[in-house]
Amino acid sequence: MADTGQRRPARRPRRTRTATVVALVLALAATLGACGVTRGGDDPDNRRLRMMIPNSPGGGYDLTGRAAAQVMEEDDLTGRFEITNVIGASGTVAMQRLLNERGADDLVMLMGLGVVGATYTNDSAARVSKATPIARLVEEQEGLLVPADSPFKTVDDLVTAWKKDPRKVTVGGGSSPGGPDHLFPMQLAQTLGIDPKDVNYIAYDGGGPLTTALLGEKIQVGTSGLGEFQGQIDDGSLRVLAVSGDERLEGIDAPTLTESGIDLVFTNWRGLLAPPGIDDATRDYLTELVTEMHDTPEWREALKRNGWIDAFATGEEFGTFLTEQDERVDSTLKELGLS
Amino acid sequence: MDLFLDGLMNALTPENLLYAVIGVLLGTAVGVLPGIGPAMTLALLFPITYTVPVDSALIMFAGIYYGGMYGGSTTSILLNTPGESSSVVTAIEGNQMAKRGRAAQALATAAIGSFVAGTIATALLVLFAPKVSSAVVQLGAPSYFAILLLALVAVSAVLGSSKMRGFIALFLGLAIALVGTSTGQARLTFGSPLLADGIDVVVVAVAIFAIGEALWVAAHLRRRPLQVIPVGRPWMDRKDWGRSWKPWLRGTAFGFPFGALPAGGAEVPTFLSYITERRLTKHPEEFGKGAIEGVAGPEAANNASAAGTMVPLLAIGLPTTATAAIMLNAIQSYGIQPGPQLFDNEPALVWTLLASLFVANTLLLVLNLPLAPIWAKLLRVPRPYLYAGILFFASLGAYSVSFEPFDLALLLVLGFLGVAMRRFGLPVLPLIVGVILGPSLENQLTQALALSGGDVSTLWSEPVAKVVYAVLVLALVAMAVAAVRGRAARRGASSVEKEEVSA
Repeated sequence: MADTGQRRPARRPRRTRTATVVALVLALAATLGACGVTRGGDDPDNRRLRMMIPNSPGGGYDLTGRAAAQVMEEDDLTGRFEITNVIGASGTVAMQRLLNERGADDLVMLMGLGVVGATYTNDSAARVSKATPIARLVEEQEGLLVPADSPFKTVDDLVTAWKKDPRKVTVGGGSSPGGPDHLFPMQLAQTLGIDPKDVNYIAYDGGGPLTTALLGEKIQVGTSGLGEFQGQIDDGSLRVLAVSGDERLEGIDAPTLTESGIDLVFTNWRGLLAPPGIDDATRDYLTELVTEMHDTPEWREALKRNGWIDAFATGEEFGTFLTEQDERVDSTLKELGLS
Repeated sequence: MDLFLDGLMNALTPENLLYAVIGVLLGTAVGVLPGIGPAMTLALLFPITYTVPVDSALIMFAGIYYGGMYGGSTTSILLNTPGESSSVVTAIEGNQMAKRGRAAQALATAAIGSFVAGTIATALLVLFAPKVSSAVVQLGAPSYFAILLLALVAVSAVLGSSKMRGFIALFLGLAIALVGTSTGQARLTFGSPLLADGIDVVVVAVAIFAIGEALWVAAHLRRRPLQVIPVGRPWMDRKDWGRSWKPWLRGTAFGFPFGALPAGGAEVPTFLSYITERRLTKHPEEFGKGAIEGVAGPEAANNASAAGTMVPLLAIGLPTTATAAIMLNAIQSYGIQPGPQLFDNEPALVWTLLASLFVANTLLLVLNLPLAPIWAKLLRVPRPYLYAGILFFASLGAYSVSFEPFDLALLLVLGFLGVAMRRFGLPVLPLIVGVILGPSLENQLTQALALSGGDVSTLWSEPVAKVVYAVLVLALVAMAVAAVRGRAARRGASSVEKEEVSA
C-alpha cells in the first residue's frame, strides 16, 4: 500500500519530462525544416551543393574532390559543399546513385577513368555516358617502373622482351582490373601488337604493396601514377622507363612513350559529372562554377601541391572525350573478356 | 639516447602535448565507433597539414593511430561491439568478463597491456628501425601464404569441444569471405555492386556478436528472469596482474613483427595471441567464460603491431596499412621523404615522432585507466535499454561506412546467423578467423601462382616459406601423435587424459 502511494508521485515528473523532450524534438524539427527551405536557395553565390566521391577518404578521387570543393567554398563561389564518400565496387555504387538522382539540381560527383572501367568489370548498367558531363579537371600520367638493377634499361629493352614472350614479363599495378594501372599496360600491349590476354598482370592493393613487390623484385614492371614512388625514384631504388602522357613529367628523368616510338598517350583523368536529366540552367550554372574555380590561384596551388596536371575541359569537349573513353575502355576490356 | 631525449623534450612542449591529447582523444573516439577507423580519420584531418607544423601533425596522427587501436577494445568489452577489426578477438573473452562483473578488470588489462606492448614495441622500433635493411620486402607471396596456412592450422586448436561445430563455423566464415570480386570474377554477389567489395570483418563481427546477442536475449527475455550484472571490484588484483603480464609480453612478440611485415596487419597477431593464451593457460575452464588472458594478449598484440608498422614506414618509406599510407602522404606533403636517409636528414623529426609514440601511450593509460571503473558502471543500465543502445550503436556504425541502407539489411541477416549460431552452439572465433584469413590466403596464393605462371613449386621457393612448412609438418605430426596417445589414454585412466589435454 505504502508502495503504490510512493510510486504515483514519482511518475509525474517523468511525464513532464517526456513532454519537455517532445517539445524539444518538435523545436529541433522546426529548425531543421527551416534550414531545408533555405537550402538550395536562389542566391547563386550561396547555394548548398552536394558532392559524391566514389571511394574512401584519402584516395585520389577524394583528394581531388575535396581540393576543388575547398577552393569553391573559400573563394565564396558558392555556399557549403556537403561531401559524401560513397564507397563500393570501385565507384559503381556511387555511379548508380548519381543516375538514380535524375534531375537533382544540387549534386555533382567526382569520378575518373577508374570508374569508367569499374562499370564494365562489375557488369553494371550505370554507364558514365548516361550522366551529364560537367568538366574534366586534372590528369595524372602513368609510369613504367622497374627495380634499380632490372635488366630493362630502356623501354626498348622491355618491349623486346615483352614481344618475345609476353607471359614471361610480370606486370604489377596498384588497381584492380578495369582501373588505370590495369588499363595502361593492356592498352600498351594492344599498341605493341601483343594480345592483352597474354599480359601477366598482378593486381596489388594500392601503392604500398606495389612498392613492396617492386623493391623485392617480385614483379618485373610496375605501372602506376608516380606520386607515391617519388621517394624510391629519388633514392635510386626504382627507375622510371617511360611516362605515359604527351609531355615529359617535371622532376622525372624519363622519356614519354611517343618519344620512344610507341604511339600511345594514356592519362588517368578525373572530372565532375552531374545527374542525368538536369535542366540547361543548372548545367550552365555548374559549368560556370567550375570554370571560375579553375581560374583561381588557389586551384593552381592545389594542382602544384598534388602534382596534378591541369586538364580542364567542359561542355561538348568533355562530353566527346567521355564517350570516346567509354568506348575505348569497353573495347580493351572486351578483348580481355572482362566486360 | 641524447637524440631521443631531445625528441622527448620537443614532444613535451605544451603545444605538441596538446596535439597529442587531441589525437589520443580523437583516436579513442573513432576506435569506439565501428565503421570509422583511424585511416579514415587521418584522411579527413589531412588538410591540417597545410597549417600545422610537421612535428605537431605527426604527433597528433600517431595519437590517433594508437588511440584507435585502444578505443576499439572498450566497446568490444562493454557492448560486445568491436569498433575495429583488430579488437574483434578482444570481444570474445572481454565481453564475457564484463557480464561476470569484471568489466573494469578487462578494461584495465587492455589499457595496461596496450601501454606495455606499445612501449616495448616503440623501444624495439627505436632499436631496429635505423638498422632494418630492405629485408622485409624480400618476403613474397609464397612466404605469406605459408604463414597464413600455419595460422589456419593453429585455429584447429580453438575449434572448441566439438570439432564438428568448430569446422562448420570455420567454413561459414570462409564462405562469407568468398563474397566479392577480388579475383576479378564476381562471386556470391548476386549481381549487386554493393557486395562487390566483399563483407567487412567489422560488419560480420558486430552482427554476430552484438546483433545476434541482442536478438537472442530479446527472444528469451520473457522466459528467463532478468539477471543483474554484478558490479564487481573496480581494480585489478594481484591474481589479475599475475595472469596478465605474460600474455602482454607474448602479445607484443606476435604484434610487433606482424606490424612490420608488409602484408602482416593487426588482425592475424590478435587471434594468434588468443590461441596461444588458450593453449598455455592454467585456467582452461575459464576460456569462453571470461579469461583475462584472452583480453590481455590480443590487446597487447594490436598495439604492438601499430608500432611495428612504423618500422618499414620510417626505414624505407613503405606504408603497410591504410593508416600508415596516409601518414606517409602527410610526411611527404611537407617535402620530407621517408627512407634510409630520413634518420640522417631529419633526426629531430624522427626522434620527436618516436618520442611522441611514448607520450601517446602514456596519455592513453593516464586517460583510460581511471575511466575503466566508470565505463563499467554503464552495464548497470537496465537490460532492455542497454540492448537498445547496443542495437543503435551497431547500426549507426554499420550505416556510417557508406550511408547505404543495404548495410543495415546485411547487418540484420548476419545478426540472424548469429542467433542461429547461438542456438546450435557454434563457436564464434573460427568464423571470424575464416573471414579474416580467407581473403588473404586466397590473395597470396593467386598472387604467388600468377607470378610463377602457374608453377606450384613457387610455393616453397622462399626460405621463410620452407621454414614455415617444416614447422607446419612438425605441428601436424605432434597433433596426430597427441590425438593417438589421447585416444589410448582415454581407454586407460581418465586422469592421464587431463594432462594430455592441458599439454
